[in-house]
Amino acid sequence: MTKGSATTSSYSRRDALRMMAIGGAAGLIAPNLLGKPAHARTPTKPTGRVIVGLGQEPTVFNPLMAHIEVDDGVHFSVFDALFRIDPQGVIQPNLAVEVPDQKNGGISEDGLKWRIRLRDDVRWHDGKPFSAEDVKFTLELITSPNFRSWRTAGHALVRDITVLSPTEISWRMEEAFAPYLSFLTETFIVPKHILEKEANPNNAAFNQAPVGTGAFKWGKRVAGDHLELVANTEYFGDGPHIERLVFKYIPDLTVLYTQFKSGDIDLVGQPYITPDHYVEAKTLPNRVVTLLPRTSFESFYLNLERPQFKELAVREALYAAIDKEAIIQGLYYGVPTPTETFMPRQSFFFNANLTLHQFDLNRAGKILDQAGWAKGADGIRAKNGVRLSFSNSTTSGDPLREQLQQFLQQTFAQVGVEMKISNLPAAVMWGEFWMQSQFDSVIVGSSYLIGADPDVTNRLHSRSIGAKGGRGSNNAQYANPEVDALLDKGARTFDPEARRAIYSRVQELVRRDLPFLPLYQSNSVEGLKKGINGFVPNGNTRTESWNALAWYWAS
Amino acid sequence: MSAFLLNRLFQSIVLLVIVSIIGFTVLNLMPGGPLAQFGLDPGMTQKDVERLAAQLGLNRPLWIQYLDWAWRLMQGDWGHSFRDGSSVLAVIGRHLLATLLLMGTSTALAIAAGTWIGIRGATHRYSLFDYCATVGAMVALSVPTFWFGLIGIYIFTLKLGWVPAGNMYTIGDGSVLDYLHHLILPSMVLSLVHVAIWSRYMRTATLDALSQDFVKTARAKGVSERRILLKHVIGNALLPMITLAGMQLSSILTGALVTETVFTWPGMGRLFLDSLGYSDYPVVMGLLIFSAILVVLGNLIADIVIATVDPRIRLA
Repeated sequence: MTKGSATTSSYSRRDALRMMAIGGAAGLIAPNLLGKPAHARTPTKPTGRVIVGLGQEPTVFNPLMAHIEVDDGVHFSVFDALFRIDPQGVIQPNLAVEVPDQKNGGISEDGLKWRIRLRDDVRWHDGKPFSAEDVKFTLELITSPNFRSWRTAGHALVRDITVLSPTEISWRMEEAFAPYLSFLTETFIVPKHILEKEANPNNAAFNQAPVGTGAFKWGKRVAGDHLELVANTEYFGDGPHIERLVFKYIPDLTVLYTQFKSGDIDLVGQPYITPDHYVEAKTLPNRVVTLLPRTSFESFYLNLERPQFKELAVREALYAAIDKEAIIQGLYYGVPTPTETFMPRQSFFFNANLTLHQFDLNRAGKILDQAGWAKGADGIRAKNGVRLSFSNSTTSGDPLREQLQQFLQQTFAQVGVEMKISNLPAAVMWGEFWMQSQFDSVIVGSSYLIGADPDVTNRLHSRSIGAKGGRGSNNAQYANPEVDALLDKGARTFDPEARRAIYSRVQELVRRDLPFLPLYQSNSVEGLKKGINGFVPNGNTRTESWNALAWYWAS
Repeated sequence: MSAFLLNRLFQSIVLLVIVSIIGFTVLNLMPGGPLAQFGLDPGMTQKDVERLAAQLGLNRPLWIQYLDWAWRLMQGDWGHSFRDGSSVLAVIGRHLLATLLLMGTSTALAIAAGTWIGIRGATHRYSLFDYCATVGAMVALSVPTFWFGLIGIYIFTLKLGWVPAGNMYTIGDGSVLDYLHHLILPSMVLSLVHVAIWSRYMRTATLDALSQDFVKTARAKGVSERRILLKHVIGNALLPMITLAGMQLSSILTGALVTETVFTWPGMGRLFLDSLGYSDYPVVMGLLIFSAILVVLGNLIADIVIATVDPRIRLA
């Protein structure tokens, strides 16, 4: 076991086997994914084209600017980060020649000094050489006050960036922060020689025609329709093997699936094939359709500051009244996987020993009886003047979630709990309503991790409650001093085994306290044409196109 | 005529100011906003969202935001999209041609078919053709366009394989023939509802013209039915159609929301839906003003054309 970073760990044999079993073929060929397909017969020069269908349009091409998941497919293809993360969550070098850790001296013993060695054979798409100056420029741009940067967490701790040579850079961290290595896998390096000339980088021409070091160069964009990337034949790594990579925007999910059926698109990207089409999709000729685990997890999320939910007994009773199996099989066509935690089951940090949920309406009723929540004349329970009645919201226009709400409304009513449905459009739902905890309860599917790092301070630390002036998105307003202490410790700890113990305990406590009622971990129904090789899912990135450089058509 | 135009210009400016104030206020009062899309990102903190709001100027009082926007608009700066940073005019321009192609084709189809069906229905009143046209129009008006779209794709693409499932052209092709091939299904589907509207209006207008005294006089003079129709009826029946066409000008350019979505057509309708979904205020406001200008222009053009065609009407 390395003593270095949390995610550069070597795995035990048992861990490796477990992950391979979960990831199937992905696990077996994953070690060769970063640019070098496991199978031979890749074309000697880039050949052919792959059209990826997406439900949202990629519009932000400067990877440092605020963007959403769907833009990542372009970023991963046009740019490189210092490191990449493979499907097992192991960090691999990309623009760097090695992953720094405390053992190889890249990270000091106290975790404060970082030193990165870079490749010397990388060129920007315009032919200019890549160097440590570009890395320095990128890290400084992110925290520049006038730049509309994406996440600044982690980057804000970086101080005294020093270019030691064109291939070596160092910096000091304000405090030890183990997740930063994982953050850097999502921090793409941009060219200093182009962006430093811009008076306002927010409106730079570069943002509409980016120049990167990645395996694909910018081709052209037809706004509202598609964008096309072309192979970078000078790429320093193996690949790319396809000549053109096209992202096609198809907003309607039924139409997205129809175009997959009709052959107009080669691969279904986010938001993938909807569960109701899964059974039919599997029977399509010349298509490969599989279930792929994602890191997002669906929960019945509670606002713990509402008087109805302050008592643990209420949360336990509600959880016992959820027929998870019926929901997954009956409503979601068996696609998702039940879970007890926010940690993806593919993660090194997943706690498999949590108490398993059991659907039991009698038990739910007894818990509430014992806690003194008695039924009133209207059949709804109440205690000390508080009725066990609340609203539940989710994004309107999501038929599966709307059915789930109706199903829960009925089962909750059987134990004397009133749930009112009050849905909102996404643009309203995830704004202040969500960030400032203005809801009673919501049904939400969200990721808790950044990259593969297990740090969930943003979501679960009491310091992160936005409604109370906190920095993060702990919208359940969950506060547990032991969880706080563990999260603080975890962020300062670099040893993966020690971190595993810390985050296992966090999961135990959260499962016990139930700030949200876990429903399931999402699986995406991925579909691609037979003949596309090298496609491998990677739950540690937010895009299916993370390794498009390794794709190729069977000859 | 010039007094009429000046008066109309003044009215139009007042109208645009009112539309912009209402649009801007309603948009900005909606909860959520353009940064809501980051709410589910585990790495975006409340502080990040507040920082972005300040950088985009969203934390200023609403009236200052409006005045800033209006002042820039008067100087020809329609603002920049929150989503991709492009200028609003460039964003609209990118989608305008696609919409013009689709809506232009379907409108031409609708006018040709609708006029013919309407006239024939009126001249063969209560015939089998007339009944079929009436029922067909009712169906086309009652059934949602997206249903026709999906059924069309199912039959003509998936079952028969005659036409593409959607998109404006095949990526990598883009020849004229390819464009035409892709136009067939969406323009037919989109024209259905317009054929229904035009045919109903045309039938009524033709019947009205047929009952006029000058037609009776012509018949009494022994003029042939064909000549009556061509010389006296159609010209008069088309007059109200000009007003209708003028009013439809804005809808032609602002696109077909649903059809463009079903057929993955990169036009103005989809741009509007997307921009609204992301609360991309500058683009939504740009589209709103663009659309209001078209409504004003459409009505103005209709007035002028009618005055030119019909000597009885004079613009003062």
